[in-house]
Amino acid sequence: MPKSSVKPADELTYEAAFKELESIVAALESEQRSLDESMSLYERGQALVKRCAELLNQAELKVRQLSGDEVIDLEGDR
Amino acid sequence: MQPSLFASVQWTVSSLTKYIRDQLESDPSLQDVWVEGEISNLSRPASGHVYFTLKDAGASLRSVMWKTSAMRLNFALQDGMAVAAHGKIGVYEVGGQYQLYADQIRPVGEGALYQEFLRLRALLESEGLFDPERKRPIPDFPKRIGIVTSATGAAIRDMLTAIRRRLPLVEVILAPAPVQGDEAPPKIVEAIRLLNQLKPQPDVILIARGGGSIEDLWAFNDEHVVRAVASSEIPIICGVGHETDFTLSDFAADLRAPTPTAAAELATQTTISDLAENLQALSTQISDFVFTLVDNQRNALDGLRESLRFFSPVRRIESDRQRLDELAHRVNAGEAHRLTLEASQLAGLGKRLETLNPLQVLARGYAIVTRRKDGALVRKVAQAKDGIRVRVSDGEFDAEVVKSKK
Repeated sequence: MPKSSVKPADELTYEAAFKELESIVAALESEQRSLDESMSLYERGQALVKRCAELLNQAELKVRQLSGDEVIDLEGDR
Repeated sequence: MQPSLFASVQWTVSSLTKYIRDQLESDPSLQDVWVEGEISNLSRPASGHVYFTLKDAGASLRSVMWKTSAMRLNFALQDGMAVAAHGKIGVYEVGGQYQLYADQIRPVGEGALYQEFLRLRALLESEGLFDPERKRPIPDFPKRIGIVTSATGAAIRDMLTAIRRRLPLVEVILAPAPVQGDEAPPKIVEAIRLLNQLKPQPDVILIARGGGSIEDLWAFNDEHVVRAVASSEIPIICGVGHETDFTLSDFAADLRAPTPTAAAELATQTTISDLAENLQALSTQISDFVFTLVDNQRNALDGLRESLRFFSPVRRIESDRQRLDELAHRVNAGEAHRLTLEASQLAGLGKRLETLNPLQVLARGYAIVTRRKDGALVRKVAQAKDGIRVRVSDGEFDAEVVKSKK
């Protein structure tokens, strides 16, 4: 995983964070790595788990309505 | 009354016909009629107007439907079809005919609608619109769900409730459209088109309507709607009416749901609790893995530390010192042991010496007999000849053998 393409975990969407989390598990399990590498993968994994859990806890259905060609947010829907 | 031969002529054909027309057209009850009958003599010239005769067992009614109204028909007229037509009664003066100017026609009874349903289903089926291999999989974790239904009905409320409960992570985009009446089909088609054009596209579209009569649900049997459902790029779940209602849109959709709520549930196969569970599992997996890794490393480290200590000069020195101590101890212990042993041997010897002292035996009453001639010890009767000397504890005396016995 090249460092340059890594986004801070708290900027990721749920899908992106979860997908990366899965790839970290796969990487940890499939390859022999140095302790250092493994630990940094672990830390990244922890951050991703935290991010996903936050997103699940905060999840709030977004409802928007098409009006002609525009999309407007619907409020007071709940 | 006899007509008079010479009576004055009051009417021309035109004026009489005009009079009749005025009579009919001024009667309000003839200007807003629903009339039921069977279609016959159906004709559709290039003009786009539609001509036919409505008849029942006792009478016929000439009818015309102008192009503008005919275009709004959501089913195909056919000879023999039972219909109800709405319009006004007027007179076609040139033909001398009164007729119905129809502006709306609907099939009569479920039988007639069902005939139309079967006809259209056979047509679309023959085009392959309902083929199973056309069906696309519904994504089980959508990010964006498009919904086509009325913005005000119970269906949208039910669907939003279900989605909010199951997967509040998604974004819902409602493309509102009326779901019954003549205006419904074109609006539904347009809503499907708009959702397909959105960037980014929804992952799935729900088309839904609550329960109602077969007429209420008819928009979802409209040919244009069914074709739009079949040709949508985005997979469509159709949830119209109740469990038992099947519409052609259901057949054309990628997935049929029995109700709007069920459609929302089928669109959210993965729920937020599934996600939380998966997350927990992954998190545990990572932690376990890393803890094991660290444990293994620690064990390896401990092993190395042991090896290092084994070969350490400090350990050699300590070990040699210990060995020295051991040897010293053994030397000391050996010496002590030997002294003790010797002491006890000495005591034993003393004791044995004691028991061997013949004087002590004499004290207990025994005597030592020797021959006076040569001083030899007398151990047997045969040796006791001539003179003998007897030694007892406090001295000795000479004795003679008088008699021997064995």
